[in-house]
Amino acid sequence: MSDEKEVSRRWLLVSIGVLLNGAVALLIATPVVGYLLGPIRKNGGYDSWIDLGDFSQFPLGQTRLASFVNPKSMPWDGATSKAACWVRRVQDQKFQVFAINCAHLGCPVRWFPQSELFMCPCHGGVYYADGSRAAGPPPRGLFEYNYKVQNGKLMIDGGQMPTLSTTAAVRKGSSECTG
Amino acid sequence: MHWLKQTYDWFERRLQLEGPIKETVLHPVPRNTASWWYVFGSASFVLLMLQIATGILLAIVYVPSAGEAWNSLQVLNQQLPLGWFLRAMHGWGSNFMVAVVLIHMAQVFLFGAYKFPRELTWILGVFLLLMTLGMAFTGQVMRFDQDAYWGLGIGASIVARVPLVGGALVNLLLGGPIIAGPTLTRFFALHVFVIPGLMLAFAGLHIWMVIVLGINDWPMPGRIVRRSTYVQEYKELTHKDGIPFVPGAVWKDMMFSAAILFAVALCAAVWGPFGPTGVPDPTIIQTVPKPDFYFLWIYTILSFLPENLETPFILIAPIVGIGFLLALPLFAGEGEKSWRRRPIAVLSITVLAVGFAVCQHLGTYTPWSPEMQAWSGDAVPIRYVHTATPLGRQGQIVFQEKQCRNCHMLGGVGGQRGPALDGVATRLTYDQLVRQVLQGGGNMPAYGKNLSPPQVTALVSFLETLHPEGQRPAQDASQQYISSGELDPPHSASQ
Repeated sequence: MSDEKEVSRRWLLVSIGVLLNGAVALLIATPVVGYLLGPIRKNGGYDSWIDLGDFSQFPLGQTRLASFVNPKSMPWDGATSKAACWVRRVQDQKFQVFAINCAHLGCPVRWFPQSELFMCPCHGGVYYADGSRAAGPPPRGLFEYNYKVQNGKLMIDGGQMPTLSTTAAVRKGSSECTG
Repeated sequence: MHWLKQTYDWFERRLQLEGPIKETVLHPVPRNTASWWYVFGSASFVLLMLQIATGILLAIVYVPSAGEAWNSLQVLNQQLPLGWFLRAMHGWGSNFMVAVVLIHMAQVFLFGAYKFPRELTWILGVFLLLMTLGMAFTGQVMRFDQDAYWGLGIGASIVARVPLVGGALVNLLLGGPIIAGPTLTRFFALHVFVIPGLMLAFAGLHIWMVIVLGINDWPMPGRIVRRSTYVQEYKELTHKDGIPFVPGAVWKDMMFSAAILFAVALCAAVWGPFGPTGVPDPTIIQTVPKPDFYFLWIYTILSFLPENLETPFILIAPIVGIGFLLALPLFAGEGEKSWRRRPIAVLSITVLAVGFAVCQHLGTYTPWSPEMQAWSGDAVPIRYVHTATPLGRQGQIVFQEKQCRNCHMLGGVGGQRGPALDGVATRLTYDQLVRQVLQGGGNMPAYGKNLSPPQVTALVSFLETLHPEGQRPAQDASQQYISSGELDPPHSASQ
């Protein structure tokens, strides 16, 4: 009898030990989950106005590649802190600014001024000059940034790699969006 | 030599490892499992060791920083003695590892090794396969060149398709809003700590179970696996017709592993390291990103899926596939082991292997991608220029200048996105050609807005000449009648 009692007393202590360690682990680990999930922000949470330079440098009626440094970047990002977009100047102060990333799987689309098409090198997505889908697997037109012209500068609302679910920077109108 | 024995005894007295090790290496295995078919598992493990050894050697120099990773690879490739060779061994080692792991899996599947009592061995093996592929993908990211950068873009675009949490997953995968420094560091942690650690633990358990449960006996047609009798039958088999694992079976494992290691070294010495390709600068868009060897089949599937099926397929197929692999031993844990009595198993492996090979092959030359330089790089074949009318030559210029060539071959050169046009005039009449150019269709964009009417006329006049000698171009039969005057067109009286 006394043996059993002793054993159960020791097991009680073991249980308390387990509980104590569990509590400490929970206390310490819970904030660490926050550390791991830190990068998550709600759609658009990374976006801010980005200066693409004088709007007059973009010739009327043409589509040009513009690059910018992403507003959220680390000192060790190197070249990857940069991003690019296609700027189409439709009228004097009317623009279309397309993300470089194909709406299919994010590869960089290339503009061909002669045929006025964007072509993607990965899976053959093709878009018209206004960004709408022309052919291939993309489910929608090119992602399009909101823009404004301020003090002669062309600004876009961006900061996040555009994908099918991170498109806050993207205007609805331009594409024949299916979903 | 006395001192050697003394030293050994000193250690053995403290470690007491001799007993368990002897028992392990001398445990009896069924005689016919000492086969060349049973060497792939040990070879996979040896390759894992090779990857760890070469990986550590590379980590001594590699800098996991988005700004410096590419440069550190250049230093490894160009400046450090044998740095290129270690990179090559690690890269070729990963290719071999994926291949050998897949062969190992196909073999144990066909030999029914996943059945009772080895279900968990198989399930851990499925996780080991997934981790091997995970190592392959994160390893491609470590190279941090253009392919790695845009490969991450593809990864982010895929997880973005997950409903509701897609955006959060993109942030989590990239470690922020874009592919940059935090992306590389988290993939580094995965590639160097998390996945290898798990792999070692899983591989250890996997091998432990092979030892304690015994290697799968050679499948005999008609020898049915039953939960109630199998263990007893296996014990009898190993005692009646068993040989000690060492040296009975192990020499074949050793020979094969040595051959594999030699093959890796040979490939590494002959073909050298993989990349890095261009610097990971997203503003350099003159790039044709392509995944590494092991993921070419996925690349192929993604280009052929119909648009409305793509998201469901990407999200559901992996879950179904992995779920099936994990559940397989649970619903097929008994019964026939022999491939001779399992036609569906043989058929599935055949179909998968053929499908995989076809997708891989297509992935090597990507017929679905436009050839970005073809319009300016590949001239119109001389035989077409020779015979062309002035209008036709004008059409050839339009054809080249409007990048038609990026998707259409002429004379065997050009893109393969659309059909080759060498015989297009035999398939489409003049009117159909005009319609196709203006309105597009199928996978072709409409050129109506991008071509002036004279350009269309010139282009189609050229396309009309594209038919083999002696074969007439397609014609609209009704037009023929009308122009020959044999039949009065209706309403001609009123015109």
